[in-house]
Amino acid sequence: MSKIKRNPGMPLNLDWVEGIQVNTSAVERRAKSYSGRRSIKKQHQAAWLLKALSCIDLTTLAGDDTINRVKRLCNKAKKPVRKDILEALGVEKLNITTGAVCVYHEMLEAASGFLKGTGVELAAVSTGFPAGLTPFDMRVEEIRRSVAAGASEIDIVISRRLVFAQDWQKLYDEVKQYREACGDAHLKTILATGELATFRNVAKASMVCMMAGADFIKTSTGKESVNATLPVSLVMVRQIREYYQRTGYKIGYKPAGGISTAKDSLLYLILMKEELGRDWLEPELFRFGASSLLGDIERQLEHHVTGKYSASFRHAMG
Amino acid sequence: MNIMKILETMDYGVAPENTDNAINWIKEHNKKFGLFIDGEFEQSKKAKYFYTFNPATGEKLAQITQANKTDVDKAVKAANKAQMSWAKLTGFHRAKYLYAIARLIQKHARLFAVLESLDNGKPIRESRDVDIPLVIRHFYHHAGWAQLMEEKLDDYQAIGVAGQIIPWNFPLLMMAWKIAPALAAGNTVVLKPAEYTSLTALLFAEICQQAGLPKGVVNIITGDGKTGAEIVNHPDVDKIAFTGSTDVGRLIRQQTAGTGKKLTLELGGKSAFIVFDDADVDSAIEGIIDAIWFNQGQVCCAGSRLLVQESIADRFHQKLKERMSKLRVGDPLDKSIDIGAIIDPSQHKRIEQLVKQGVEEGAELYQPDITLPECGCFYPPTLLTEVDTAHYVAQEEIFGPVLVSMTFRTPAEAVALANNTRYGLACSVWSENINLALDIAPKVIAGVVWINCTNQFDAAAGFGGKKESGFGREGGIEGMYAYLKPKVDATLKPSMPQKVFELKSKNSKAIVDRTPKFYIGGKQARPDGGYSQAVVSSKGELIAHIGQGNRKDVRNAVEAARKATAWTNTTAHNRAQVLYFIAENLSLRSAEFAKNIQSITGVTAKQAQQEVDASIERLFYYAAIADKFDGQVHTVPVRGVVLAMPEANGIMGIVCPDENPLLGFVSLMAATIAMGNRIVMIPSQNYGLTALEFYQILETSDVPAGVVNIITGDKNELARTLADHYEVESVWYFGDAEGSTMVEKASAANLKRTWVNYGKARDWFDNKQAQGKEFLNQATDIKNIWTPYGE
Repeated sequence: MSKIKRNPGMPLNLDWVEGIQVNTSAVERRAKSYSGRRSIKKQHQAAWLLKALSCIDLTTLAGDDTINRVKRLCNKAKKPVRKDILEALGVEKLNITTGAVCVYHEMLEAASGFLKGTGVELAAVSTGFPAGLTPFDMRVEEIRRSVAAGASEIDIVISRRLVFAQDWQKLYDEVKQYREACGDAHLKTILATGELATFRNVAKASMVCMMAGADFIKTSTGKESVNATLPVSLVMVRQIREYYQRTGYKIGYKPAGGISTAKDSLLYLILMKEELGRDWLEPELFRFGASSLLGDIERQLEHHVTGKYSASFRHAMG
Repeated sequence: MNIMKILETMDYGVAPENTDNAINWIKEHNKKFGLFIDGEFEQSKKAKYFYTFNPATGEKLAQITQANKTDVDKAVKAANKAQMSWAKLTGFHRAKYLYAIARLIQKHARLFAVLESLDNGKPIRESRDVDIPLVIRHFYHHAGWAQLMEEKLDDYQAIGVAGQIIPWNFPLLMMAWKIAPALAAGNTVVLKPAEYTSLTALLFAEICQQAGLPKGVVNIITGDGKTGAEIVNHPDVDKIAFTGSTDVGRLIRQQTAGTGKKLTLELGGKSAFIVFDDADVDSAIEGIIDAIWFNQGQVCCAGSRLLVQESIADRFHQKLKERMSKLRVGDPLDKSIDIGAIIDPSQHKRIEQLVKQGVEEGAELYQPDITLPECGCFYPPTLLTEVDTAHYVAQEEIFGPVLVSMTFRTPAEAVALANNTRYGLACSVWSENINLALDIAPKVIAGVVWINCTNQFDAAAGFGGKKESGFGREGGIEGMYAYLKPKVDATLKPSMPQKVFELKSKNSKAIVDRTPKFYIGGKQARPDGGYSQAVVSSKGELIAHIGQGNRKDVRNAVEAARKATAWTNTTAHNRAQVLYFIAENLSLRSAEFAKNIQSITGVTAKQAQQEVDASIERLFYYAAIADKFDGQVHTVPVRGVVLAMPEANGIMGIVCPDENPLLGFVSLMAATIAMGNRIVMIPSQNYGLTALEFYQILETSDVPAGVVNIITGDKNELARTLADHYEVESVWYFGDAEGSTMVEKASAANLKRTWVNYGKARDWFDNKQAQGKEFLNQATDIKNIWTPYGE
């Protein structure tokens, strides 16, 4: 597929933002319908699971992370599936990897070394993740330092208080500066949807972030009590479609937190295909922020190959 | 296809539902089905058969019996025999059977779903996720009604044998909607599924056997329209419930006229889907998908007329077109299919023709570039824009996956367009402004309104139409009434002919001539025809002349009633005030009215005074209840409320009984205007004078012009004009048997609701038969407004 034309951002257009309407019940109804409307079986299911796998941002964001822990994760990202399974599926030549590895700033330098030359992107959470309440200039500086340390993607957190205040101008200004600090690194904006209280807030914040130059919009830090859900994904993805229809720029989407089963991952892919189309089924425009999802996908792939239900200890842990 | 290739295309592939169990079930029956009568399957050697097809492939599935008159007779006999003991069971006992049926369907849910999709062509997703769960829910819910009958519906009883004729679009669901309430109420049934789709009803018959349902309680008769006609015309059937086309519904109304059969009709529609500029547009578009591309658009309440606000129309259409391109049409048994097969090639042809006609009339056609299966009966999702009200496709039900779109400028124009149709089944309203949405809902003439949702159904909420979409409700307590009759009806005696006194002297005793006129639009009006008839006292004296009304007087009165919409929209409190005031003013002139009654009827002074007193009390009764006949909030399984609002029928024609010139008149007037109707009253033929004198009371009681209109004259002739009138929404007729028949027959013109007495008299002094719930139910229609909420 062709390389995505990068979103340059645009001046804040408050008319677009204020005009956004979201009907919660209707959104929930539509989100519930994907599992009934689309079903992916057999060969197709295996292929779709491989695709899901390639869109994973394999993540570790814990206080007890160490270099060795990150090394194990990076190696898993490079070789996410057992060789014999890939051979049985006939895709060993694809050299499948996860989309990225996602870590805290302190782990970047080491991770960058482990991932060199693999094609696996390196993402860093930033701007005072997960609360985003450190001094603003330090947040911007954190981005610069992470980029310098080898991050090709920066996952920032937005200031939730600006959403509650409906201070779209300020939110726009902040994100715009983050984008500038990113340089060539891609900017993923985490909305912390579980804290934004309403779908309307989520939709408006999504639009403001895209206007400010986000390359991806992302649901959650994984630290909120409610993380990615299908309904909130639908709300955000519809804004991506709106932005694309109005500007011609394709923005990526990253649901994060709480997606742990292969079955769920298919539902998210279906949502992307139905709402946005084929282009959004590639890691350039779609990522899962997940850690345990990979294990379940591996088990399902082995089941597809052998016809026997698998066990987690048969697959390398990440 | 190998995985490398799939990773490039990211296609869905196919996900076929396994049909082995359903095919085996058909084979177990040797692909040939008999009739289910008196608890057994019967296959006569002389029976004639027809084929049922899989519309997706055209392949023959099985042979179905074409039931004849003898078969229907046998089934009705069995139902009749079973009915008394079925009704006599305790509610709990009947509940156990209905519960067992619900459970058994649940256990065989997938078999039912697959069989339904095979026979009907609807996507397995819909039969599996919509139809069958709703069927199960319907039986559970009505198991509850069986149990609660004695407590909640104590004044009502079963009607008897219900003949039920259902359509092919939701075979099992429509069957459940018919059978569950009928059985809960204590009726037995003879049900005929549509000839295209009999299989799931036959599988249901087996469920009845497994549930140990007493023989004869459910009888399933298969066949075409001829079989249906046998059921409709069978003398021992007490109730007909029909869901299907308006044309056939009209025919059934005519055929059952005067038979005393209770009738409910759920007919066609051209329901509006209104999108305001403050709607969640993306959600509204998904709503349209569920509205018109659900069940291939073969849905009576399909949101087939899109009304979109001008300011957002272009963008809306653009987004809709993009969304349409994602719809997948094909094998109904593929789990990733949105739109399945059209029921029959004849229907396909009709859709094609209507679309062609639409385009010829100037509509712009859009069909997305998606692949259709090469064989089988498929039609692509279709949008017709640039459609105007005058276009045929804007008026006629297409009954296929075809949406027509029009624009509006203001909320008022949206309502006007929504109501600019002969139908009145459903409406969707999309707006994020609660004030706007809740303002529009009551203004749209439809039985069901969905706010920010569409095609929502539940056993606890009534479903049914107004205008030419039929009458009666299915679901909720309002649906139970369709299978019940007031216990008091059984005690009514035939109406005795009214005493007509002979004129003994041509000389009037009155010193000043009395010229009571008609009362139309709040004004006294002379009869259009210029003829009058004498009013003779019981002593044979000439008291006065009253006008002989004709068609034009009725026309004028209906015209006046049409303009008096403020009465329907005013508060119940205001209506109560007016009724109290009428009572007060009648009380002031009580002696005069008593004297008048005595003079024209020949009753004693005491009896006459009693009639006046009872009339005053009745006015008080309806004043009292005007603001207490509350609607309900139905408990449905969504986050939100379903408001079941009793609404006035609108313009009603009221033909008064021969008994009790004042009390009969007042009883009917008060009941109907208390609920907000505007009425045209035809007083009893020879007692018209009392009614005409009554307008002086109305004039002094703040009754707005046009709310009550009074015309005297030939009762049945005037009744016919009212029953024929396209703008009159309901007629009550209290007269003779012939008149009752005539009114029911003529009402077929616009399928207005009627309530006739079949020549039976009521004791208007007895509150049990002369006022109360049945009167209020007949004066109103329940509108169910679905209002999901949540932020």
